[in-house]
Amino acid sequence: MTTSNPAPPPPRRIGISLKDRQFAGLFWQIVVVGITVAIVAWLWSNTVHNLSVRRISTGFAFLGREAGMPIADTWIPYSPKDPYLRAFIVGLANTLRVAVIGIVLATVLGTIIGVARLSSNWLLSRLAAVYVEVLRDIPLLLQLLFWYVLMQGLPAARAAWKPIEGVFLSNRGMILPSVPIEAGQLWVIGAAVIGLIAFHVVRKQLTARQLLDGQPRRIWPYALALVIGLPMLTSLALGVSWTITKPELRGFNFVGGLTLAPEYFALLIALVTYTSAFIAEIVRSGIQSVHRGQWDAAMALGLRRGFVLQHIVMPQALRVIIPPMTSQYLNLTKNSSLAVAVGYQDIVSIANTTLNQTGQAIEAIAIIMLVFLTISLGISLFMNWYNARIALVER
Amino acid sequence: MTSVTDAPGTPLPFSRSRSGRTIVGRAIGWLRVNLFASISSTIVTLLLLFGLAKAAAGLVQWAFWNAVWSVPGSDTSACRAVHGLGACWAVIPEKLRFILFGTYPFDQQWRPALAMLAFMALFCVSSRRKWWRKELVLVWAAALTLIGLLMWGGIFGMPFVSQDRWGGLPVTLILATFGLALGFPLGIVVALGRRSKLPAIRSLSVLYVELIRGVPLISLLFMASVMFPLFMPDGVNVDKLLRAQVAFVLFAGAYLAEVIRGGLQAVPRGQHDAADALGLSYWKKNGLIILPQAIRHVIPPLVNTFIAFFKDTSLVLIIGIFDLLTTAKTAIIDPAWQSFSVEVYLFVALIYFAFCFAMSRYSARLEARDGPKAR
Repeated sequence: MTTSNPAPPPPRRIGISLKDRQFAGLFWQIVVVGITVAIVAWLWSNTVHNLSVRRISTGFAFLGREAGMPIADTWIPYSPKDPYLRAFIVGLANTLRVAVIGIVLATVLGTIIGVARLSSNWLLSRLAAVYVEVLRDIPLLLQLLFWYVLMQGLPAARAAWKPIEGVFLSNRGMILPSVPIEAGQLWVIGAAVIGLIAFHVVRKQLTARQLLDGQPRRIWPYALALVIGLPMLTSLALGVSWTITKPELRGFNFVGGLTLAPEYFALLIALVTYTSAFIAEIVRSGIQSVHRGQWDAAMALGLRRGFVLQHIVMPQALRVIIPPMTSQYLNLTKNSSLAVAVGYQDIVSIANTTLNQTGQAIEAIAIIMLVFLTISLGISLFMNWYNARIALVER
Repeated sequence: MTSVTDAPGTPLPFSRSRSGRTIVGRAIGWLRVNLFASISSTIVTLLLLFGLAKAAAGLVQWAFWNAVWSVPGSDTSACRAVHGLGACWAVIPEKLRFILFGTYPFDQQWRPALAMLAFMALFCVSSRRKWWRKELVLVWAAALTLIGLLMWGGIFGMPFVSQDRWGGLPVTLILATFGLALGFPLGIVVALGRRSKLPAIRSLSVLYVELIRGVPLISLLFMASVMFPLFMPDGVNVDKLLRAQVAFVLFAGAYLAEVIRGGLQAVPRGQHDAADALGLSYWKKNGLIILPQAIRHVIPPLVNTFIAFFKDTSLVLIIGIFDLLTTAKTAIIDPAWQSFSVEVYLFVALIYFAFCFAMSRYSARLEARDGPKAR
């Protein structure tokens, strides 16, 4: 409508007609928003009415009350006398414990299976294909119950299987040797992390200098000093002892070591194997998306197949792999909520118990949703950042 | 030089010359190419063969050699004698009708059985591309009505059976089929809404999809089972199965919307322009020109979503609805059969596998024929 227009537009009728695009758009938006608001208001008023009839108080004040709910498997100190808030935090920690370890293991296993599916060895690729098809086509909950039943069918603690020295597998779960973590160990771990970061910085600078003058520079002395030397020095300086406690059978149960409860173990196995089948397919299609010419060129240089896969094909395949992989990570995290079916107390299970104890359905479900939306957002942000980092830079 | 011939799919130079010879010669050629192409490949083959032989021997012993196939009555002592060494398949015929139909009245179980057949026929009809026409919608409506009549009864001399007695495979099929049949149009509307130019409609669609996809399905089911009654006015009491069904429709709608949105993005801009140039209205443009192309693009991922959804119906176990998995889990609460859950789970896994594998083969076939690589 500016005056610079050579020919003024024909005078517009201010039509109140649905044929007018702008008016129609506004009209439909008002209709849809109106209907949505009306439905929400109706549900809300019903809910308020029902809550007052049933005398259910609203609000999060219940979080401060004593939970009185036992939690079997915790890594954070907890007793039933603690308030609900603490129970929720323990549940969140349990969810993260399954999700983080599950994601790492599923990625490793899925990548192995995905590469195996492309092997030139017929038997290996067929077996990998069968693995993928079988695990993908059976509901996760059924697999979880299956693993749980198998765990319960394991021998009692006294007759536990010993696949490797110091590892016990029985109907009490898996017991591994462990190193008790105290303040001293934490300092050493901190030193190792600092060493790794410093090494990364040094390596970057060395590479940059090599690009300038073409002189190769030795990198291993830095690695030795920063990644191994620094933690060792810290350990010696603080006099930290690194004794491995091996689990021992005393009476009817095990003493010492790290115990993975059967519920946790079954959930972890089910999540890892199920998700790995999907990851395998993603990895396979990612590798196949890399042009054959890349293989041929690398092979023509006389490089070994494993080297080509690791240094030439995989970096390119990753660009295709990362986005679908993100949704698998999200799926695994959301699927960890099936824990409630075998009695592993994750955040969903604890919210469910709270709901049954207090009747505060809205608050409990709101907490579940909030937690998962936050986790989903976190994973998405991280993976998007990673994706942007490895994305193809067009020159 | 062996490493060069290792490249995926590269036949050895001499494999062709040998293929013209005897069957034995060809077989040896095949083995050399596919199993013993290099030292590392040979090692892998031998290790795998060893592992396979061991696993197969153990499995055959457990599942066939030492297995108990039938027992007199509910006397499971023969099964207990071989427990751990052999399977007790006798539990399957004993509990079969409970696993398949749950607590549906025993003498009326021919009705859910017929309903199951109606579902299968419906799926078969819908999978033929030749028959993807408007009449198919009518077929669906007719079949779903027939299934409803069979399950509820109350007319034609069939006694009425209320929903809380339904169970087993028909419930799984009902949840999945109705969830998809109603979730699909919902998904289309939401996908269009997400691509709309109108900000209010777009943000409502985004909010819906992200909220549903961001939380676990279980929390939606909890919501359906505990919060839904709070939402309803006094006196309205919605059945548990129906509540779960609503949750599934909302869930399927959000996931299908994202797949369809992908298809919409793949339709070239020119198609929109051409439709606009013809002066078509918004709904005519999308219904006649954009959506048919968009959905065509995403048929394989749609089928994959169907598979995932079919498996996810098993989650109703957690809110106590008697679907196939719940009846299986309940069947082995019976003290006499308690320790034979592995057999029952394997059997149910086989049923789920049959459905999902059929769908996944179907999707692969569609992809091979119509996928982006075929054209």
